Amino acid sequence: MSTSTTLEAPKTGTWDGGNEPLKASYGKLMMWFFLLSDAFTFGALLIVYGLSRHSHLPYTGSPDDFTFSTEWWPIPEKVFNAFPGFHGVDLPLAFVALMTMILILSSVTMVLAVEAGHRMDKNDVQKWLMWTILFGSIFLGCQAWEWAHFISGTDEGMLLADGTRIFGANLTMNQYGPPLFADLFFFITGFHGTHVFSGVVLLIMVFINTVNGVYHKRGHYEMVEKVGLYWHFVDLVWVFVFTFFYLI
Amino acid sequence: MSSTDISLNKDVHHAHDEHDHHHDQNFFEKYIFSQDHKVIAKQFLFAGIFWGFVGGFLSIIFRLQLGWPEATFTFLEPILGNWIVNGKLDPEFYLALVTMHGTIMVFFVLTAGLSGTFSNFLIPLQIGARDMASGFMNMLSFWIFFLASVIMFTSLFIETGPAGGGWTVYPPLSALPQAISGSAMGMTLWLVSMALFIVSQLLGGVNYITTVINLRTKGMSMTKLPLTIWSFFLTAILGLLSFPVLFSAALLLIFDRSFGTSFYLSDIYIAGEALAHTGGSAILFQHLFWFLGHPEVYIVILPTFGIVSEVIATNSRKPIFGYRAMIGSMLGISLLSFVVWAHHMFVTGMNPFLGSVFMFLTLIIAVPSAVKVFNWIATLWRGNIRFTTAMMFAIAFVSLFISGGLTGIILGNSALDIQLHDTYFVIAHFHLVMGAAAFFGMFCGIYHWFPKMFGRMMDEKLGFIHFWLTFLSAYLVFMPMHYIGIAGFPRRYYSWTGFDAFNTFTDLNSFISIAAILGFTAQLIFLFNFIYSIFKGRRATANPWHSNTLEWTTPVNPGHGNWPGEIPTVYRWPYDYSKPGAAEDYIPQNVPFSQTQSSNLPYERDLE
Repeated sequence: MSTSTTLEAPKTGTWDGGNEPLKASYGKLMMWFFLLSDAFTFGALLIVYGLSRHSHLPYTGSPDDFTFSTEWWPIPEKVFNAFPGFHGVDLPLAFVALMTMILILSSVTMVLAVEAGHRMDKNDVQKWLMWTILFGSIFLGCQAWEWAHFISGTDEGMLLADGTRIFGANLTMNQYGPPLFADLFFFITGFHGTHVFSGVVLLIMVFINTVNGVYHKRGHYEMVEKVGLYWHFVDLVWVFVFTFFYLI
Repeated sequence: MSSTDISLNKDVHHAHDEHDHHHDQNFFEKYIFSQDHKVIAKQFLFAGIFWGFVGGFLSIIFRLQLGWPEATFTFLEPILGNWIVNGKLDPEFYLALVTMHGTIMVFFVLTAGLSGTFSNFLIPLQIGARDMASGFMNMLSFWIFFLASVIMFTSLFIETGPAGGGWTVYPPLSALPQAISGSAMGMTLWLVSMALFIVSQLLGGVNYITTVINLRTKGMSMTKLPLTIWSFFLTAILGLLSFPVLFSAALLLIFDRSFGTSFYLSDIYIAGEALAHTGGSAILFQHLFWFLGHPEVYIVILPTFGIVSEVIATNSRKPIFGYRAMIGSMLGISLLSFVVWAHHMFVTGMNPFLGSVFMFLTLIIAVPSAVKVFNWIATLWRGNIRFTTAMMFAIAFVSLFISGGLTGIILGNSALDIQLHDTYFVIAHFHLVMGAAAFFGMFCGIYHWFPKMFGRMMDEKLGFIHFWLTFLSAYLVFMPMHYIGIAGFPRRYYSWTGFDAFNTFTDLNSFISIAAILGFTAQLIFLFNFIYSIFKGRRATANPWHSNTLEWTTPVNPGHGNWPGEIPTVYRWPYDYSKPGAAEDYIPQNVPFSQTQSSNLPYERDLE
């Protein structure tokens, strides 16, 4: 209180205004808050999965004797055991593990793209974005195969009480177990797949801008960083979806 | 990192400086697809007022039915057409009316109309920013809301009628198109409209939050923010975290309705025929819905907390009592609002122990609410009160909030709720505490900030008449409803004439309907005053209420960019009213302490 300067000047602390208290531009903050919100969307869906599963009986016999039935929730390893080119071979979770690896790999290349952006290295940004787009697209392709297989079903199908057999699954019928199992599978992996697809579209747009030197002229590659945040989020969500559907 | 941020900052300011010099925007850029937060706020306000009248009109139609169940309504045929069958209101259309009344009022008026207007208008002006963080997303937010509005409005006119399953759209009723006509096309449009509405809320919400965090002017610390900004900030966070859950719930419902899934459906017979759906749970939807639904009532009421605090302090010429307690109580309410949702579901067969947990958490909300009420009354206490129209609405808000809040303590008890659940007692409770109260807060805000919005004053005499008619009819409508509710009248019933026990209440119902019509008519006075004042009102001065906040330091009609010169710097909190030793009874936030030596306190800057 001694001099008039203390009375004249506003405070200049972290939260005293006139700056960016979280050291992030508004665009990055928006992405963070959007992701927070999106996390609640997925959270709700996974809770729906948990509650639906909880309200169905689990399979209690030995895993070797497992058969598909609408009476109990199926064991995931028995459902997701196919691999392209290995027809009839029991490879539990092998394909989905591969998909997961590809998606995680795409996160790594995304990190490298962001890092190259910090160095203002246009060529490296292009290179790593290209890899990310490639891995993302492969993931989507794998998911398409997985869906196709899930929909067309196994050779045996499921024997119904009236002696008929049903093959594969759709939104109303399901050879693998209760209809809800298929409903949730289609809805949640589909919702996640839509996110991945949007991510790939965003990445392609960012890639085109990078090639055209838009960010180089702008002086920073923040857009790559923002899309990167989204990409990592989608990747993280997959880890949860994977855990819920395939592991538990 | 830091270098990138600085260059970003420059970009933002440079863009705005450009705007200041360019005033050759065409009509579309300026008024239709405007990215200026003030224009977008007005767009939300006009849309909100429009929806308010639609929602109010629907309630008048069903009040006619409830007040005079034996009457014939042939005179409504010109408006309602085939919904009047042999002079009687179609019962399924009655359900559609209550559903649409609820949906429109809760979402389109008191969420989009209220937050959309005041968050957009006041956040940049009161924190000292040129505009929202992203003007483009802000514009998108309004136009997606507009699209949602168009779809919802269209659903009023389709042949099978709008959604009729109640504003909470519980399945299985809402999920099965063959159940009632209100679950057919109308429900599909309802869901599509709400999905778009949520997207609009999301776009608006991230904008409000990032603007408050990043764009505060120099010196505007979080504890120098006007309480309005705190309330809008927390409202946006609530919306951001709760609306996505409704989004998920709505998507799953769309799948159940249109693609044959069974998320919410199991073991259902319609007309003796079993449906194929199996395994789902209808209660699940209620959990998801109320996880949004409960924060939603705070999304409705929180902005008015802020508006009322601001107006009461300004017009009492006193600092708000307990500024930090006000922030703390809003934080407390926001936090609690996420963990009380199941108190809407006490009678769903929930475990009684779980019920007692939710009851306990619910009743805790009474504490921060009481803190707020106490602080408002303490602010008024021995204040130099100026009874402007806005101030009267603010005081009435406190009154309504107390009256409605007290019954909340009754309803929050899981045991008492068994008797009162889904009766008119509930209707009376929430209409007072979040319906009427939020409307009063909204009116308070409109009357108070009208001069800043349109550069003219609203007519005080008409405002006075509007206030008293609205205030009286609010109580005359909702007070008697408590008695009807205690007597056991269930909500959403088309008529009770089949039950002898309820015949004694017919007069009371007619009375309520008359009061409702009076209240609705009074709004026409407001509408006239509002439109007339935009064009012919008395011209406003730059700071007509002698208020401290930054929006009053702008020109009478602020242009794009808000301040013609530099953005003002903030030195003090917004509530330096009637400070001892000061020349005037208010010291705006942008006045440095060096200019107010006579009123500075010895510890002035240590408490910041």
